[in-house]
Amino acid sequence: MTDGNLMKGKRGLIMGVANNRSIAWGIAKAVAGQGAELAFTYQGEALKRRVDPLAAEVGSDLVVECDVTDEAAMDKAFAEIKEKWGTIDFVVHAIAFADKSALEGRYIDTTVEQFKHSMEISAFSLVAVAKRARELMTEGGSILTLTYYGAEKVIPNYNLMGVAKAALEASVRYLAADLGPEGIRVNGISAGAIKTLAASGIGDFRKMLAYGEENSPLRRNVTTDEVGNAGMYMLSDLSSGVTGEIHYVDSGYNVMGMSVLKKED
Amino acid sequence: MSDVSDRVRKIVVEHLNVEADKVTEKASFIDDLGADSLDQVELVMAFEEEFSVEIPDDAAENIQTFGDAVSFLEKAVN
Repeated sequence: MTDGNLMKGKRGLIMGVANNRSIAWGIAKAVAGQGAELAFTYQGEALKRRVDPLAAEVGSDLVVECDVTDEAAMDKAFAEIKEKWGTIDFVVHAIAFADKSALEGRYIDTTVEQFKHSMEISAFSLVAVAKRARELMTEGGSILTLTYYGAEKVIPNYNLMGVAKAALEASVRYLAADLGPEGIRVNGISAGAIKTLAASGIGDFRKMLAYGEENSPLRRNVTTDEVGNAGMYMLSDLSSGVTGEIHYVDSGYNVMGMSVLKKED
Repeated sequence: MSDVSDRVRKIVVEHLNVEADKVTEKASFIDDLGADSLDQVELVMAFEEEFSVEIPDDAAENIQTFGDAVSFLEKAVN
């Protein structure tokens, strides 16, 4: 995608970049390429070390710590952004967590601690972020989160994360209804499987990639740049009439009702 | 010095920002080269990309040192 001015004059917060393979980074690059000004959040020093140089790459020096399970830390992060910018136009929420042991085997073996922890970080955090972002979106805005098809249908090993993503997708709809009257839109992108740092925690992830490549209409997996471009659409005024939507960027995989028939030799 | 070992060393040096002479056969990514658990995963992903191979989770867990990586990849490439 060539650079342009579709996001010129807009400021936004990107939450959940881990490294240059992150989907959130694909979105950050796409919106920065269209003139947006960015701030980033990170959780913990190990991630700060990775986010700092990437932020610098897109001309951002506003990198703030934000643990979404800590209300005071969230308040502090948004206060820091308010102090620097006053208002924001968009937020990208690319945050999720599940114990590695809850991402393999059977869903029925999930413990209550794993369930609560994953739900809080992967689904409730969007509500907590929206609540704080809203106060800075005085001229309206766009909030975007990332989800996956495992929210709707059973994907082996995705287990607890599928249930958390289902809660996240439902939250997108309820938040869209709450915030619509203020001109704030809330949407999700359901991206096909992409090999990111987070995905490496999912059991047999390579099989998900191989399956998608064989069975999606486009016969390939998607890239973070492709999700980035769709994200740019969702965050820009191009999608001004769209809210409460889960938009697939998955090579069309979600429309298939059966795996592709192999040619008989 | 094998070609595989040179390519692995280059990735380790660049990713962990360490001197090439520190990357010895027995050097542990975490204990000797300052890697954290995320680096460990990122290194495995970088090896997979460089050598166009797949490193299954259980094999990845056994790649603790530079030597482990080279011996796994030499076998995988051949």
